[in-house]
Amino acid sequence: MDAHLLISNLTIFVLAIFVGFEIITKVPPTLHTPLMSGSNAISGITVLGSIVLAGNGHSTLAAVLGFAAVVLAMINVVGGFVVTHRMLGMFKRK
Amino acid sequence: MPPEATTATENIQWMIDLVYLLGAVLFILGIKGMGHPRTAVRANLMGAAGMALAIAATLLDKGIVNFTWIILGLVLGSIIGTVMAWRVQMTGMPQMVALLNGLGGAASMIVGGTEQISRITAGQTIDIASMVAIAASAIIGGVTLTGSLIAWAKLEEVMSGRSVVFKGQQLVNLLVFMLCMALSAWIVITPSLLVPYWILAVVACVLGILLVLPIGGADMPVAIALLNSYSGLAAAATGFVLNNAMLIVAGSLVGASGIILTQIMCKAMNRSLFNVLFGLMQAAGKGPSADEVYAGKIKSVSADEVAMLFDSARRCVIVPGYGLAVSQAQHAVRDLTNLLESRGCTVDFALHPVAGRMPGHMNVLLAEANIPYEKMIEMDVINPQFDQVDVVIVIGANDVVNPEARNNPTSPIAGMPILDVDKAGTVVVVKRSLSPGFAGIPNPLFAADNTLMYFGDGQQAVMDIVKAIKESS
Repeated sequence: MDAHLLISNLTIFVLAIFVGFEIITKVPPTLHTPLMSGSNAISGITVLGSIVLAGNGHSTLAAVLGFAAVVLAMINVVGGFVVTHRMLGMFKRK
Repeated sequence: MPPEATTATENIQWMIDLVYLLGAVLFILGIKGMGHPRTAVRANLMGAAGMALAIAATLLDKGIVNFTWIILGLVLGSIIGTVMAWRVQMTGMPQMVALLNGLGGAASMIVGGTEQISRITAGQTIDIASMVAIAASAIIGGVTLTGSLIAWAKLEEVMSGRSVVFKGQQLVNLLVFMLCMALSAWIVITPSLLVPYWILAVVACVLGILLVLPIGGADMPVAIALLNSYSGLAAAATGFVLNNAMLIVAGSLVGASGIILTQIMCKAMNRSLFNVLFGLMQAAGKGPSADEVYAGKIKSVSADEVAMLFDSARRCVIVPGYGLAVSQAQHAVRDLTNLLESRGCTVDFALHPVAGRMPGHMNVLLAEANIPYEKMIEMDVINPQFDQVDVVIVIGANDVVNPEARNNPTSPIAGMPILDVDKAGTVVVVKRSLSPGFAGIPNPLFAADNTLMYFGDGQQAVMDIVKAIKESS
């Protein structure tokens, strides 16, 4: 990672945190649990990195570890989105 | 590689990056849509679509030569995730979120070290900045993994939910943290050595256990929110390792979300984050004893007497605590609500931010019992309205309705925001006994002139009240 790339990564990181603060403070307390489970699903984004590692063929060890990471991250992603969907379906109007 | 081939792979990389951008936008819209129950279902689907697109785009990565393990992993993970999500009870949501957090942390921890293995075996060199990010994935990922597992075990009551403190705990934590830093330094200066990463990962896992042990049952909502934040930061750290903007954006959104919820929970419990993290309780001032507060002043009533209150009541507010969920009284409460509304009395629910075991938990439990979300009113909105409320029914809540927080500056809960139910016409408190809540102090509300105590199990009590109202009319 050269300095230029590092700075652009840092820029994205800092700006995204600001965006996060802005939009999340507007979420009402009623939806805080679905917010947590939904954002939890999003944090399973590591699955992208795991996929490449599981399939790049550099080493068998890396492939096995990558596979384990894909499974764990995918449970996080799918479990998070599905349970959020289930919960939100219960919130009804009069 | 011939020039045409280079252009082709470059074009694919561009396409992948553009899809990642679209995915990041969908994540932001997905969280933004959580701003209202009306838009939230669609918002969650947008988030899921963003994830699906990102995964699909990643499969086009030029580096992938073998899809077997990938497909197997995706399918297996999806099946396990779906089954878990469908089987979990709504009361078990905090455990579920804790467990998922932990798995996300584990994935980040594995990816950091595996990236190092992969690059070194491919004969590449790794620069210092990437190695710092790799070490960060080990620490944050490891702490998130075991911290979440301990939180899960405490919530699931596999282990005692109490705060575990021992002599010299802070020193031990500090030493383990220093060890993490030293191992990180080793990793950064010797990128070609593969073993130190996994040693660091193990030490970080130990640190995660140590950090969550002192956090006690009542403080669990804070721990869950904080670990949620860590799982995001772990993903962001992995993003720095892989130079993947999508991971950085998604990770920082989740990191921010967790931090905000952590602050909200700390404020609602009047606890500093520092005290929560180190399992410290505010030293209790000399308060009155339970006998002094309660003696001769408790008015215990029957269901019939409670039913009579509703003859003339125009507005009723129900304050649900976790005790309501434990006794599975949500559905009985819904019946009571419908009955009272059919008799022309409006019924609302007043929700303290820490009513459940994680932020917003009680709202989900009420929604499950088909109570419309318009009736769930947050503390700051309902508090100024209590003097116009005829009857308040408190079910399974204690500290969050204790006026000592407002009136007694030496009380251990002084300054904690509470629901001002004592300002209502009549307060009915449904409770098994006069036992204290988490704060361990007596509640003068129970002895107040306008308070009636109804002793019993939450669900049975509400069912009896419903029956009594039906019989009296």
